[in-house]
Amino acid sequence: MAEDKATGNAAILVLKRAFVRLGILPFLLLAALVIFTLMSENFLTLRNVTNVLRQSVYLTIVSIGQMLALLTGGFDLSVGTILALASVAGAMVMAAVYAAMPEAVWLSISLGCLAGIAAGTSIGVMNGVGVAFFNVSPFMMSLGMASVGFGIALYLTGGVPVYGMPVQFGDTFGFGNLFGFPTPVLVVAFLVLALYVFLYRTPFGRHFYAVGGNLRAASLSGINTRGILFLTYVLCAFFAAVAGMLLTARLDTGEANIGASMPLESIAACVIAGVSLRGGVGRLENVVLGALFIGLVQNGMNLARIESYLQTVVLGALLILAVVADQIRLKYVATLKD
Amino acid sequence: MLIATRSVTKDYPGVRALDSVDFDLRAGEVHLLFGENGAGKSTLISILAGAVRPTSGTLYFRGRQVSLHSVHDARELGISAVFQDFSLIPQMAVEENLFLGAEPRKGGFLNRRKSREQAREILDGLGFRIDPAARVDRLTRAEQQMVEIAKAFRSDLSVLILDEPTASLTNHETDQLFGLIGELKARGIGIVYITHRIAEIRRIGNRITVLRDGRYIDTVDAREATEDGLVQLMTGREMGKIFPARIARPAGDPVLSIEDLTTRDGAVRGVSLEVHAGEIVGLAGLVGSGKSELLQAAFGTRPVAGGRVWYLGRDTTGQGPKQNIRGGFLYLPPDRRTEGLMMMRPARENVALAALDIRPFSSGPVLTPGRERRAVAELADRMNLQPRQIERAADQFSGGNQQKVMLARSLTRNFRLIAFDEPTVGVDVGTRAAIYEFLVDLVRQGAAIVLISSDLPEILHLSTRAYVFYRGRVQAELHGTGLTEETVLANFFEREGG
Ligand SMILES: Nc1ncnc2c1ncn2[C@@H]1O[C@H](COP(=O)(O)OP(=O)(O)OP(=O)(O)O)[C@@H](O)[C@H]1O
Ligand SMILES: [Mg+2]
Repeated sequence: MAEDKATGNAAILVLKRAFVRLGILPFLLLAALVIFTLMSENFLTLRNVTNVLRQSVYLTIVSIGQMLALLTGGFDLSVGTILALASVAGAMVMAAVYAAMPEAVWLSISLGCLAGIAAGTSIGVMNGVGVAFFNVSPFMMSLGMASVGFGIALYLTGGVPVYGMPVQFGDTFGFGNLFGFPTPVLVVAFLVLALYVFLYRTPFGRHFYAVGGNLRAASLSGINTRGILFLTYVLCAFFAAVAGMLLTARLDTGEANIGASMPLESIAACVIAGVSLRGGVGRLENVVLGALFIGLVQNGMNLARIESYLQTVVLGALLILAVVADQIRLKYVATLKD
Repeated sequence: MLIATRSVTKDYPGVRALDSVDFDLRAGEVHLLFGENGAGKSTLISILAGAVRPTSGTLYFRGRQVSLHSVHDARELGISAVFQDFSLIPQMAVEENLFLGAEPRKGGFLNRRKSREQAREILDGLGFRIDPAARVDRLTRAEQQMVEIAKAFRSDLSVLILDEPTASLTNHETDQLFGLIGELKARGIGIVYITHRIAEIRRIGNRITVLRDGRYIDTVDAREATEDGLVQLMTGREMGKIFPARIARPAGDPVLSIEDLTTRDGAVRGVSLEVHAGEIVGLAGLVGSGKSELLQAAFGTRPVAGGRVWYLGRDTTGQGPKQNIRGGFLYLPPDRRTEGLMMMRPARENVALAALDIRPFSSGPVLTPGRERRAVAELADRMNLQPRQIERAADQFSGGNQQKVMLARSLTRNFRLIAFDEPTVGVDVGTRAAIYEFLVDLVRQGAAIVLISSDLPEILHLSTRAYVFYRGRVQAELHGTGLTEETVLANFFEREGG
């Protein structure tokens, strides 16, 4: 009996340590896996797991951009709009070029993607100018730009979806495989890898953490803080725009109404992954896991036939749970000796 | 006995900050806490003030066992503390900060007029010249320190705790504070006082308790304590002189020349000054006299309205910190928390911050984390960082050790000119001697140093030349035998007639 209790205590201690070291995310992932496997037998199949990966692609890309904004002590509420604007602008250009030159399929796809990404990134340029050079708070700036961008996207399309893109676009970037992997998954893998190298292997990456860690200290240490802040919002928008184009390929239409849930979901993915809202703290690999976790939960809830309205409730609750857990963790850090 | 602790222990992850410490405070005495950086002084007073809860041990207030759950609890008992790290809200006005949590009210609403009046009363009573309506983040560090002290005052005070209150005050402000402490003593209030300045110990102390590595070492009478004896208690070994021998070599070529510089905000007005290789130039003066502001303007963080800055023969007026640092000119700010360190990031990243573009921190466009770690570990050894864990967040070091982390930055490149603004704020005697030694070393290797300091002995013993500032102008340039306490002090204030 006593022995049981001792091992029990030891187990709790190990759990506590793991919690302090790794945060709430591994526990949530584990819980989600167990719960959904029990709820639906289709959950833990190769097909479904591939499915989750495919579905999480868009959120993952947006989240790694959002993470940059959070790292520097701000956030970007316009990611949803950027997604939509990229989708609409990209689809319109692609359809127009394709209509004019039906034989130049790949030219129209390239031009369309370029146009979409450029349109989305331009919102980030505005955000960056406002935040870095006019000291507008990221909250106001990105909220304002969200409205501007959404308005433009609706105006451009009159609110109706854009059709007429070459089928090859959807076939390749929406549903296609490359080297045996879904193309969108490969795109994410590439972006994550590139950003990882940038963040952790170049001085620039360190500068993002420094700006969020202490703006004054960074500036006194010779870091171009305005440049970094500007770059933050441009990169964040770039990622969101890429996600927008991939989603357009998946849907086969350009739409102004996609991405509305992105600001909340991307911030949730980051926070669940332990990114501090005060800036300066957070790891890329955890954010990727955070986005996958949200994808997993959504997929599991779909399989378990949970109504979509209720899904929104669950997501919001999870976000709050993550923040609360982080606070508890901070408390444990102080009491636990390692 | 006002307050007493019995075998109080406090554990932080990886460190035992306090190890069953007994401490007591009598009414009407100034009880000093003395010890090296990281000895546990701040931890002990945080426990007394209710800000930190002990891992074990008991606390007595007027003979009764109490447990304090918050600073609020302690204040209810009349225990007030001024912490080493400020607890002011930067975006709020001075008066709002003073009454935070105890706002003067009128029928349930804030009474702004009354709060303004009371704030002025308190500040005047303490002899601090600060506008109650000013925003805290617009004040200098010394002024913030005064607000912090004013905040701790209240009518029903029984215990006042001060953690290095004079660290950024000038002599004049210090005198005012000491006058005040005298009055409080006479009223039977007990005062716990932390300082690294030995001179202060004899001026105001009654008893001294020495801590080392979180353990209680001894309590001695302040009148009988000798400097050497205290240092020996504190370090466990004998210490040589604090100040190194003065640099005898003649100065080399000019490194920095400032001509008739005026800043846009008027903090500096028409100052000219020259710094040569191989010399330490001291800048003395009251807070706000322009001594810090001048170097900030030269470093490119304060807009210049007129005049020129020449660095190594080139006109660098208005050039930003990035170019200056690459050119070998570094300015280290006085306030490590708000301007110096990224508190949530590891010490390693804080040290490397200004040299990420060069070896050993990076090679070409990529960082080299292994070499970075080795380089920073070496610097941590050299600065005697305690504990020697460079992956710890800056936040988790004691105040003096945070200072060392920031100072280590000056060793990450081959700097030709370094401006240290209050480099020994909150640094213990032993480390201070090491820092002085290290300044002199830098100079011997040919660097030029500007030492901006409110600590007069520091200026007197280290500088080869000194400028005294008054209201944005240079009041006097002193060197050789002309550099004495009297001459410096004589120029701190307006000269008659002149
Ligand atoms: N929040 C914290 N987390 C972890 N360790 C801490 C924390 N605060 C203090 N410590 C550790 O506790 C020990 C005692 O720190 P404390 O701040 O009491 O020192 P101190 O005597 O006030 O030093 P100083 O003169 O430098 O201010 C140090 O080793 C420090 O690293
Ligand atoms: Mg301390």
